[in-house]
Amino acid sequence: MEKSYAEINAKIKSGKAVVLTADDFVSLAEEKGLAAAARQVDVVTTGTFAPMCSSGAFLNLGHTAPRMRMQKVWLNGVPAYAGIAAVDVYIGATEVPEDDPLNTNYPGEFRYGGGHVIEDLVARRPVRLEAVSYGTDCYPRKELDTTITLDDINEAFLFNPRNAYQNYNCAVNLGSRTIYTYMGMLKPNLGNAHYSTSGQLSPLLKDPHFKTIGIGTRIFLGGGVGYVAWHGTQHFPSIQKSPDGRDLGPAGGTLAVIGDLKQMSPKWLKGVSFAGYGASFAVGIGIPIPILNEEIALYAAAADRDLYAPVVDYSEAYPSRTPGNLGYVSYAELKSGKITVNGREVPTAPLSSYPKAREIAGILKQWVTEGKFLLTEPVQLLPSPADGIAAKALKG
Amino acid sequence: MAPKKIVLRFGPDISDKPIIYRLVKDYDLVVNIVKANVNPQKEGTMVLEITGGQVEGGMNYLRDQGVQVQALTQDIARDEEKCIMCGACTAICPTGALYMERPSMEVRFDGDNCVVCHLCLKICPVKAMEVRI
Repeated sequence: MEKSYAEINAKIKSGKAVVLTADDFVSLAEEKGLAAAARQVDVVTTGTFAPMCSSGAFLNLGHTAPRMRMQKVWLNGVPAYAGIAAVDVYIGATEVPEDDPLNTNYPGEFRYGGGHVIEDLVARRPVRLEAVSYGTDCYPRKELDTTITLDDINEAFLFNPRNAYQNYNCAVNLGSRTIYTYMGMLKPNLGNAHYSTSGQLSPLLKDPHFKTIGIGTRIFLGGGVGYVAWHGTQHFPSIQKSPDGRDLGPAGGTLAVIGDLKQMSPKWLKGVSFAGYGASFAVGIGIPIPILNEEIALYAAAADRDLYAPVVDYSEAYPSRTPGNLGYVSYAELKSGKITVNGREVPTAPLSSYPKAREIAGILKQWVTEGKFLLTEPVQLLPSPADGIAAKALKG
Repeated sequence: MAPKKIVLRFGPDISDKPIIYRLVKDYDLVVNIVKANVNPQKEGTMVLEITGGQVEGGMNYLRDQGVQVQALTQDIARDEEKCIMCGACTAICPTGALYMERPSMEVRFDGDNCVVCHLCLKICPVKAMEVRI
């Protein structure tokens, strides 16, 4: 059985495409068998809504009269990078105000950062814009203090260099004091375990070999339509193996994504704060997977019990960059509320919202079903586990 | 005199000590245990109503034992609009007042089990938890 993108799109346009969320496809494949499920279903929709650092937006603020070559820019007090052009800036998700107390009163609160600025813009709330410059013959203005809204500025597009992590560590704390990490608050002596993917609903867990998700893939991004721009930074796709050689599902892939901020929604782009760590940004992403053949169906049918996360100690191993882990746990175990680590039962909690991931997969399903959202064949596929890309270590 | 309502939090090292017995015996306090969740080797919490002449002395005794003591004059509420149901609070909340419903993985808040420890206020990534006085 082989289907083409064109055949699937023709079915979408005529309202005859069969579209299922990844949750429902897992159940269908279990019930009817993989071959039947692959024949019956054209598109499987995935979803994830979780903190995704390495996000931000390019803004073109427009020109004042007289003109200004903005050298330093702040949005609601948060520095934006202005070293691009006269009025182009990039507001990064993890940037915090220069007067933020940071961790001086540990653990710091990090109540507001670049992600919150983007959320405020998308929510059409007014944002204070301050800029300074040294003045040139063609750009004489030296100071600016004004207010903008998303509709007042020229372009605003989200461009997130690393989103939708294929898989992620399950974080624990083997130490004797509470620690505050980007994986949340971790209680001492294996007090809790935090994980952060949507498991069987998560986009890249359902395409382990990057057979369908590539450059140009149209996606749900922040409540609107976006595209996969490139592979993300730190894209090191691989297939995890147990000590006895069993396949434990994929890990390591990431996506760089892009989309027009003006058609996105504050419901799916949220500034977030991690006590003691910093500010970040929760992004909603949904990716459709075309069921082109039975192999792709097999990957899309992977269930929580087939997909595993490595358990990593964040008190010592992670900060010191010590390789290895404390074993693997399945997403079925993680979702049950407890796992066993070093012989101890540990309560689990996610940082990735499963109800919101399910909602995104449902919205994307609706868009495709209604014929509003056609699938795109990648302009180029992304590096896959077969390419064997390994992370480089920084000396210093 | 109206009873004073307090929340006690015990570390795992002292959860097996007869602390309430001493409070009654040595400080002659009338103690009504409203809620208790104390298990050996684990963090414990307790909500008490206490009356008597030596309340302050009793409180000092508790603090000397390493018990965190807090007056229960506040309520914690969840802003349902803000909550993104991530679940980051559910393994932190010491009493299970914030918990995940399975298999939907939706986050629920049962105010009756809340002991107003404020941990959720500190760690909620979207600041959906609020104090109401």
